[in-house]
Amino acid sequence: MIEKINIEKQEEIDKVVAAKPKKINEFLYFALRNNKLKIGLAIVLFFLLLTIIGPFLTDYELNTFSVGPLSAPPSSEYWFGTTTFGQDVYTQFVYGLRATFIVGVIGGSLATFLGLIIGFTAGYRGGIIDELLNMLTNIILVIPAFAILLIIAAYLKVRGIVTESILIGFINWTWTARAVRAQTFSLRSREFVDMARISGMKPFKIIFTEIAPNMMSYLLMAFILQFGGAVLFAATLDFIGLGPTQGISLGLMMNYAVLWGALQLGSWWWFIPPGFAIMAIVGSLYIMNVGLDEVFNPKLREF
Amino acid sequence: MSLKINNLKVYYQTLRGDVKALDGATFSISDGEIMGLAGESGCGKTTLANSIIFLNPPMKYIEGSVKLDGEELPIWDMKKMDKFRFKKISIIPQYAMNALNPTRKIGKMISELLDSKKVNYRKTKPELERRLDLVELTRNVLNMYPIELSGGMKQRMVLVLSTLLDPSLLIADEITSALDVSTQKAVAEMLVEFRDRKFVKCMIVITHDISILYQIADNILVMYAGKLAEKASTKTIIHSPRHPYTKLLISSLPKVGVKSSEKKLTGIPGNTPMLLNPPLGCRFRDRCPLAFSKCTEEPPFIEIEKDHFVACWKEHKKNA
Amino acid sequence: MRRYFGRKMIIYGITFFLAVTIDWAIPRFMPGNPIHTMLARIGQHAEGVEAMYTYYTKAFGLDLPIWKQYLNFWNALFHGDLGTSVFRFPQPVSAIIIKAVPFSVCLLIPAILLSFWAGNKFGAFAARTKVLDNTVLPLGYILTATPYMWLGILLVWSLGIVADIFPVAGAYGFNLAPSLSWMFIASLIKHWFLPFVSLFLVGFGGWAIGMRNMIIYELESDYSHYLETLGATRSLVRKYAYRNALLPQITGLALQLGVIVAGQVVTEAVFSYPGIGWLILAAIQNQDYFLLQGCFLIIIIMVLIANFIIDIVYVVVDPRTRLGMMGG
Repeated sequence: MIEKINIEKQEEIDKVVAAKPKKINEFLYFALRNNKLKIGLAIVLFFLLLTIIGPFLTDYELNTFSVGPLSAPPSSEYWFGTTTFGQDVYTQFVYGLRATFIVGVIGGSLATFLGLIIGFTAGYRGGIIDELLNMLTNIILVIPAFAILLIIAAYLKVRGIVTESILIGFINWTWTARAVRAQTFSLRSREFVDMARISGMKPFKIIFTEIAPNMMSYLLMAFILQFGGAVLFAATLDFIGLGPTQGISLGLMMNYAVLWGALQLGSWWWFIPPGFAIMAIVGSLYIMNVGLDEVFNPKLREF
Repeated sequence: MSLKINNLKVYYQTLRGDVKALDGATFSISDGEIMGLAGESGCGKTTLANSIIFLNPPMKYIEGSVKLDGEELPIWDMKKMDKFRFKKISIIPQYAMNALNPTRKIGKMISELLDSKKVNYRKTKPELERRLDLVELTRNVLNMYPIELSGGMKQRMVLVLSTLLDPSLLIADEITSALDVSTQKAVAEMLVEFRDRKFVKCMIVITHDISILYQIADNILVMYAGKLAEKASTKTIIHSPRHPYTKLLISSLPKVGVKSSEKKLTGIPGNTPMLLNPPLGCRFRDRCPLAFSKCTEEPPFIEIEKDHFVACWKEHKKNA
Repeated sequence: MRRYFGRKMIIYGITFFLAVTIDWAIPRFMPGNPIHTMLARIGQHAEGVEAMYTYYTKAFGLDLPIWKQYLNFWNALFHGDLGTSVFRFPQPVSAIIIKAVPFSVCLLIPAILLSFWAGNKFGAFAARTKVLDNTVLPLGYILTATPYMWLGILLVWSLGIVADIFPVAGAYGFNLAPSLSWMFIASLIKHWFLPFVSLFLVGFGGWAIGMRNMIIYELESDYSHYLETLGATRSLVRKYAYRNALLPQITGLALQLGVIVAGQVVTEAVFSYPGIGWLILAAIQNQDYFLLQGCFLIIIIMVLIANFIIDIVYVVVDPRTRLGMMGG
């Protein structure tokens, strides 16, 4: 009888193992059919493309003044018009996009990474470690990130995009930590983890082979949200003058526009594109995320 | 006859096609009868029960009829079924312990539920309280939140609530699975009591635990892979089953006083067939020790003696 | 109950302590000396500068040893003394801030409450049908992805400058003096409207999305299924799902406070609305670290109070937390 149970269990295990690669295919199958995912991804990729090849389409260096008439509306020569100082808005725009993507990637990954480490440790170890990390998370959550960043940013006289991204990453991880912790808690007590533990698997191996694959989808979604959050945050900082001291970003464009009278002069081409780009990119990321959720979570799929 | 089901077929829609979870069920239950519905996971018993009361996607109605007290139930029409639910058919779900809204006082929830079904709560309250006494729940439970009750208390509460409007048919879906043995006995006895007091006209008790059915069921219906295998009185099923599957099922149960050194516990080798493309003929064929040539043709579910139905060529031959 | 709130108070206490310390420390260790900056702007000749420097250093307490400065800071804090502003010298920081707080609060509180209520109701409504859901969902996400300042800019430009319906700066007309006249109040409201709408819309999108997701989750729960199986009306099932979905939304509100504060600052910047946010901007631009310090403190205090209120509300509204703490 016991041998029979072992054989049956073995067959079941074999079935599960054999099912694993199929799972990735299954995800791809649904991913290709999900409209939200496709549209969102398309928009983000479009802007990414613009970032990469955009600068090659412009003749002008970034901050050259007076390349053309001051505050001129868009024309065939200046696709996005010019600023109050005669700079080409299109040039600013594509370089600004670059900065935005950098912040999103660096700030977003850092925040996701920190959130993952802290949340997972808290969830997996539990006990006093959990309590301490929880307290840390709560403290950072309650101090409005903005206020801290404001003070620190005012402290650093010369700032670059990377510094800004790192700062944002170090402050923004709390949300992900909370979510990862909750997810770890629920995964930790699932049967397949128990089975692995009983069969004598080392904890590290358990983490990598059992828990990690289930968290992958979650992490991807968390990263997307952090990316969007970092972009919005950076735009806010840039707008009030706490952004990078050199270079340009979409937030800085809007800052300059308002500062140098674009509103009064009616130079809408200076302040509408940057904000619109942010809205489009972050919005598409969010919608992509909903699509991803449907792909990973069978219950949400439509028949 | 209280409940009459004729050739009921309900499939599950999946991306790979229709899973033939319930493939032609025909049987009846009379007033005052408790029928046990037994079988292994995936045999279709839950599909059967759910399709009678709440046939929602991905379940798909294919054909068949369900008649309760002579009236045809429009089980394919979710909206029309609303007036039957709770009043004529009711269910104690498998998840009974989580069935109560955690943020609502129980009494308030019941009153709102009854209001939404156009039943007067004030008039029903005295009867509600009497039934609470019957299951040994304090009347004060109506002022409590579900979190304040233990698992067993919540189950009894759901038992009272589901039967409050004296339904003709009560479906009890695996209600003893999550309980300890002594609570199982208590709950099972309450079911019988409710039937005896005519709170419920007839009952379908779904379980994979035949010992419970032995205690309380009048008849047992055994299902296998979406088809009916055997239906007979409890005594007959337990002591003189005729279908090979039933026989193996009963014999695989541990018996009191018998040690494993004397008689080893055996299971039934093999696995249940996949119902996406079920095998032709008798679905038990691959695991049946008595299978022969005729089994590639599907055996009908026919009455071989009074009130004893079997779907097996071997048994039909005997009676022929 | 006591343990729950006790824990919260400890965290709030530690947070406050940390925040105040950071707040105090940063200006002290900034490169550059605020007094120098201030004096440079006034532009005096050498000996005058020397004397003024000593005077102001004493006035700002910068000549004392560090630890003494720290303790004095706490001391002053409890007396409600936040120091003196540099760029609006000699006005005390607390006076400046007190004038600005009402403006911020009048924007914040209605915007938060209204967007929370309306957003949640709308999100629940949108989850009804697939058609509605498919149109509302992208809209909500796009709204919540809209940078606060950009929406503000759009509103100012379109409705303020181009259409000239609303004013574009200040809290009330520049030619008016504060009084209780209708004209003044009307002017106040006119100036308040656009920044309010700006804050409201972005928040609205976020809550709508959140509620839509939560309600779908609640509609799939066991208690919802039970009610449906018993044939309860759709509206009853939705009502229960909605109330249960509100709970995590309330928690979400506490988590969103940081974002809301940021949005507030930026919106005030765009509309030149004289609240705390605008003050912060002015402080940064004029390198008035003492003012900045005070503003930061006020924000921290307000956020802590808000968190505390939300904690209380949550306990009141969710019987599970309430009962879980009392007995079992």
